Amino acid sequence: MAVIRFIFDGIREMLRGPREYWLWLTALSLVILFGAWRYSEQLTNGLVVTGMSDQVSWGFYISNFAFLVGIAAAAVLLVIPAYIFDRKDIKDVVLVGEGMAVAAVTMAILFVIADLGRPDRLWHMIPGIGRFHWPVSLLAWDVLVLSVYFLLNLAIPFYVLYSHYRGKEPNFRLYFPFVVIAMFWAISIHTVTAFLFSANPARPFWHTSLLGPRFIASAFASGPALIIITLQIVRKVTSYHVSQSVIDLLALIMTFALQISLFFVGAELFTDFYNEGAHAASIHYLFFGLGGFDSLKSWIWFALLLNLIAVVILMIHPLRRKTLTLNIACVLTFVGIWIEKGMGLVIPGFVPTPLGEIFEYLPTSVEFSVAAAIWALGILIFTLLAKAVIAIEQGRLRYQATGDKYSL
Amino acid sequence: MSNDSGSGNDGGNFDKARRNFLRGLGIGVAATVAQPAWGGQTFQDAFADFFQKDYRRMSAEEIEAALERIESKALQRYGVEIDCQNTPPQPGVVYGYAINISRCKGYRDCVHACVKENNLGRDSQVQYIRVLQLDQGDFNLEHSDHYYDPETVPVEGKHYLPVQCMQCDDPPCVKACPVEATWMEPDGIVVVDYDWCIGCRYCMAACPYWARHFNWTDPEIPAEEMNTNTHYLGNRPRPRGVVEKCHFCIHRTRKGQQPACMEACPTGSRIFGNLLDPDSEIRYVLANKQVFRLKEELGTDPKFWYYSD
Repeated sequence: MAVIRFIFDGIREMLRGPREYWLWLTALSLVILFGAWRYSEQLTNGLVVTGMSDQVSWGFYISNFAFLVGIAAAAVLLVIPAYIFDRKDIKDVVLVGEGMAVAAVTMAILFVIADLGRPDRLWHMIPGIGRFHWPVSLLAWDVLVLSVYFLLNLAIPFYVLYSHYRGKEPNFRLYFPFVVIAMFWAISIHTVTAFLFSANPARPFWHTSLLGPRFIASAFASGPALIIITLQIVRKVTSYHVSQSVIDLLALIMTFALQISLFFVGAELFTDFYNEGAHAASIHYLFFGLGGFDSLKSWIWFALLLNLIAVVILMIHPLRRKTLTLNIACVLTFVGIWIEKGMGLVIPGFVPTPLGEIFEYLPTSVEFSVAAAIWALGILIFTLLAKAVIAIEQGRLRYQATGDKYSL
Repeated sequence: MSNDSGSGNDGGNFDKARRNFLRGLGIGVAATVAQPAWGGQTFQDAFADFFQKDYRRMSAEEIEAALERIESKALQRYGVEIDCQNTPPQPGVVYGYAINISRCKGYRDCVHACVKENNLGRDSQVQYIRVLQLDQGDFNLEHSDHYYDPETVPVEGKHYLPVQCMQCDDPPCVKACPVEATWMEPDGIVVVDYDWCIGCRYCMAACPYWARHFNWTDPEIPAEEMNTNTHYLGNRPRPRGVVEKCHFCIHRTRKGQQPACMEACPTGSRIFGNLLDPDSEIRYVLANKQVFRLKEELGTDPKFWYYSD
């Protein structure tokens, strides 16, 4: 059957490559293995091996989760121009973007699983045999939207690639409805993730209606930053054609999004600090420290500085158009948002506690190792997917009705 | 083993005898077959534990079997024969609590009684009750001292505010749980099924009173200090990786006893009772004292009041 051959050929393509390719896969696998070994420590001894506590009950894992959902959602920035405005240049790379979404959602889900006290009971969430507290629990919502987004980003590229594999054009009418759903779904995954936090009046720092818009804005800055870098790597290490116009468009979107994101941060700062009440304690802790504790202070100022430099670079047209300065802006934005929407968002929600206790959190080496492994796994998934996508899109991998001949 | 005779629990003794007999069998099997594997459990027990349904969907027989496994696990882990019960809520009862903060002197006897009564992890130092020390005239929790440790209390110029689970009538923690492992019982107690909780800790983020605690590691309880009178939804030994909280001493109060914190309080600051009984002391307090609730503006509707003389 053609589908089975398609999958088989795809996997074969993933496992075929020059020495550098294999070195890359091996390096990623080593990071994953090391993290898996450290995770076994966590499984044996419990989450006590992390830096988390009753006071700060979420940490580095959930920070990465929040950030990665944004990266996953940003794939929509390629999906809309590619499928709705039918831009040929973007259509060429949209499958790569969707591959990134699959990798990002996988990482996000793995970060939640790594954070669970009882991963062995994950099946309790499965509707029917378990109890899925939907539509009441925002966490149930998040699991639902992330799973569906994962499937959408697998199914649409699967169909398009499968058609190309057989030398046919995909039936637009067949997949277009799913593309529309995927568009709205991308916004929903990050909105729901923001609501997961903002739904809690117990945590004034998160309990703001601006959190959803802030999440989307920062995602549409950090997402394109990562896509721009990735596309350039693809252009460098493969013979795949990536049009400069794609990067120009993404850079422009990123500029707007980062401006809006910084404006939102400013709005938040003003509202909390102008008449500083009890609700401002967390943000005070974040930016200035509280009661002598200030482990996040230098990080958040650093992140703000990175984002400010990036936005200045992006706003000056010649600098944005120059590859080197654009790449600098992308790295600064990615790291800046990672700090701001990661640890900078999650941890202050817990400091001070609802009873006013100040207790700091520092991730342990187990958390760093497991996080590195999940990132490496995401990069590995993306590498493998991109490898197969590019081979099919370049026409090197085609269905052979008879025999085992490949065009390569 | 404490035996609550006269609790009106018909057939309780027979049940216990039968369970002890079965437990004996189970241990015999475990010893001869595969002691080290499955964490010291028999394969059947490990299998049954893994596939155990949540509390509210278990049949009476399934709950009975779960209680047996809890008892045999406690014996293996702590070397103590506990009695794990499943006393149902009493009809026409909803519990409420009120604390007279002008009487509280910050002795923390409630805290320590609670730790013992509820088999809280000693190494992990989990405490369901926090007594906050504040300056007279100040009620800002952010100024509170959680770890006050003077020679003697009360300290001149300070006042004390004990905080624990408020058993909210609209509990945000219950809404947060993605697997319905925590809910409000008919008698108003918010409970956790420790065997169903997946340990995501979203409820801890949702709680405005910092009432929920997580088992970051296996709770350590000295065998000689184990309270053997336990309840499935209450003070039975908890597994690692799940959330727990104050349950108004469900194993006591459902049998008409006072919660341990109230019994331990030397100043008589604590009033516990049935909110549906117009003649109860708690109803008297609510009707005749100036009461208030913590963070009432959050709309969680706590069944826990404070008042002063």
